[in-house]
Amino acid sequence: MSGTRQKSLIRKALHRPNLVLGGFLTGFIFLTALAAAIGTPYPTDGVSIAERLQPPTAAHWLGTDSLGRDLLSMLMKGAQNAMLMGCVAVGIGLAVGVPAGLYAAMRKGLSVDAVMRLSDLIFAFPAILTAVLIAALYGPGVTNAILAVGIFNIAVFARVTRGAALNVMGRQFVTAAAAIGRPPIAIAIHHVLPNAAGAIIIQATIQFAVAILAEAGLSYLGLGVQPPDPSWGKMLNDAQTLMFTHPMQAVVPGAAIMVAVLGLNLLGDGLRDVLDPRLRIVRSG
Amino acid sequence: MRSKRFGIALAAAQMVALAATAGFAATGGAFAKDSLTMGVGLEPPHLDPTAGAAAAIDEIVYANLFEGLTRIDRNGAVQPGLAESWTISDDRLTYTFTLRDGVTFHDGASFDSSDVKFSLDRARAETSTNAQKGLFEGIASVEAPDPKTVIVTLKQPEGNFLWNMGWGDAVMVDPASAESNNTNPVGTGPFKLARWTKGDSVMLTRRDDYWGKAPALKSVTFKFIPDASAQVAALLAGDVDAMPNMGAPETLAQFEADPRFEVVVGTTEGETLLVLNQRRDLFKDPKVRRAIAHAIDKQAIVDGAMFGFGTPIGSHFAPHNPAYLDLTGVAPYDPEKAKSLLAEAGHADGLKLVMKLPPPSYARRGGEIIAAQLRAVGIETELVNVEWGQWLSDVFKGDHDFDLTIVSHTEPLDIGIYARPDYYFGYHSDAFNAVMDEIRDTADEAKRTKLYQKAQTILAEDTANVFLFQLAKTGVRAAKLDGLWENAPIQANDVTGVHWRK
Repeated sequence: MSGTRQKSLIRKALHRPNLVLGGFLTGFIFLTALAAAIGTPYPTDGVSIAERLQPPTAAHWLGTDSLGRDLLSMLMKGAQNAMLMGCVAVGIGLAVGVPAGLYAAMRKGLSVDAVMRLSDLIFAFPAILTAVLIAALYGPGVTNAILAVGIFNIAVFARVTRGAALNVMGRQFVTAAAAIGRPPIAIAIHHVLPNAAGAIIIQATIQFAVAILAEAGLSYLGLGVQPPDPSWGKMLNDAQTLMFTHPMQAVVPGAAIMVAVLGLNLLGDGLRDVLDPRLRIVRSG
Repeated sequence: MRSKRFGIALAAAQMVALAATAGFAATGGAFAKDSLTMGVGLEPPHLDPTAGAAAAIDEIVYANLFEGLTRIDRNGAVQPGLAESWTISDDRLTYTFTLRDGVTFHDGASFDSSDVKFSLDRARAETSTNAQKGLFEGIASVEAPDPKTVIVTLKQPEGNFLWNMGWGDAVMVDPASAESNNTNPVGTGPFKLARWTKGDSVMLTRRDDYWGKAPALKSVTFKFIPDASAQVAALLAGDVDAMPNMGAPETLAQFEADPRFEVVVGTTEGETLLVLNQRRDLFKDPKVRRAIAHAIDKQAIVDGAMFGFGTPIGSHFAPHNPAYLDLTGVAPYDPEKAKSLLAEAGHADGLKLVMKLPPPSYARRGGEIIAAQLRAVGIETELVNVEWGQWLSDVFKGDHDFDLTIVSHTEPLDIGIYARPDYYFGYHSDAFNAVMDEIRDTADEAKRTKLYQKAQTILAEDTANVFLFQLAKTGVRAAKLDGLWENAPIQANDVTGVHWRK
């Protein structure tokens, strides 16, 4: 990638409000999670019944929950858990799915069919359902939830990578590389992967949002993050019966989930505008 | 799926309501509703109270579908049921019951002394599947000299016998229908089963040939709404007229402010416990048990998990019982004492325990509070949320695989469970067993009260469990609905006396 192209990409990016806003929101959540890893204003495993269900005050910026825990601290720890879930689940998907997809694109035959049909099989079960199944078999817990979503992501990334790679494989420079005797692995890494990266990155942001939603959903059902660890989904569950009397309890974690998912989707959308060559042609034409 | 079912049921309920309105309009009478829809948290596994421990069964069938020789009224007092009177011999071993006239089962079969003999013999038989066989253990023989008379002879005097005969597990059944009662309950009560829509509701309708005073309601529907926020929504939408026990106490506040509803907070027989598994060597040491009791602030749990509804207790006894003794002072909240007791017992470095929590909010929220309180004295607790089925199979039965659990024991006057050798928390005390034997052999009320208090004291001194609080009955009902029970002296939703005000 040349320097001028990079510069033009950045200039283009700054002209996309969805990308800027998405990046800002995502960055904000990431920073919150990082801050939580360093420390929260109050401990999240302490219970203080006397201070429960307080409205926002100078001491507790967002108020306290039904057990008297600081909502802001819970929210920050929840962000940390959500980000952890996203990073690991997408990481698993990238680490296994991308090589599998590349392999499937470069080869033909029974093994390729096997890989793609296996991914079809995984695809047939929504991530949340797989997670519920794993929780039923091996017990609820954040590790199992991450694994379930990660496995689902493998199939997603295998597909996206294969699709993008097949598209690149037909191009002349790949044929040229093959003609001068570059080994298939080198072609895959140096020629195919960089050109498929855009699609993979876009997919990664989307899957990140899916993972956060899955974590919230599973924790809401009691199958994800286990008490006393805070999670946005668990906070929503706790708030459910307090909705009419203490709406803030539901609004706070609900808004956090919305901001995170919205941010990631805008980011993905914006990245698509900038990185996807097909869209570029349509727009410029 | 769920919302669809809900929608259909709603439509059906509206149709019923519409039909009722039309009926009244035709006769020109003043409009008073004669149907009731009541929400209950759990769906019963079946409808035979003589073959299941689930409270959900009695909460539908007791007094409504099935009746016993005696019945427990709303205040917990014993009243005549199918036996209109009885005499007790001087040695208190022989009870002669005189049965009521004109009692029939729902299927038309007549009720007489042979049914009583059958029901009691069936319940106390070797092969009986009755969940409370202990109620019948003292019976030596049951005779039916004539159709209206039953003579029950006991092995030894039993102070609670008439009370025991009022339990849902001791109701009268007909030999012809006894085995099919689980799906098609046939009793002597004023209501009969009209329809059981699995997963949704049980509908009862009034029968015309009831022996006693006919209830005011023509039909009663028990709707199963396990989810606490769905219960709120169902009440607000008018889908149910009453919830005898709200799943989440924090939802009461909004009904208190609403003139359409009346909030009634009563008492139950539910002693809520932090159960210490005394099959574990750790909890065989009374010092460790006492240390945990000192570490726990009961009022904080009542406030935090139950939003103030509930009464802290110090032993396994309901505060509304006349024999109740306030023992909350035996092991007061004292974290420093807890720490020093733990150190004395050789656990100064702390402990790691597993606490299994069933679904009710008293357990889930209470568990988080207790975990925080235990952490303060150096005990780390891993919280494991389980569903009821899992709780029954892992904690209550099976290998009893748990260190701690939180559960409310809602059976009335159930202090005797501590004398059971195989009960799930594994408590054993010879002194306590001796007191329970003495209670069984004592008739004098004042003496029994003293003995019950002695039994409570033994459990408190021993820290047989950590006794948290008495569960409150947090009911919400339509403001115009009269006659529902305020308290729950036994597991029941007796609707025979319920009516709508105009």
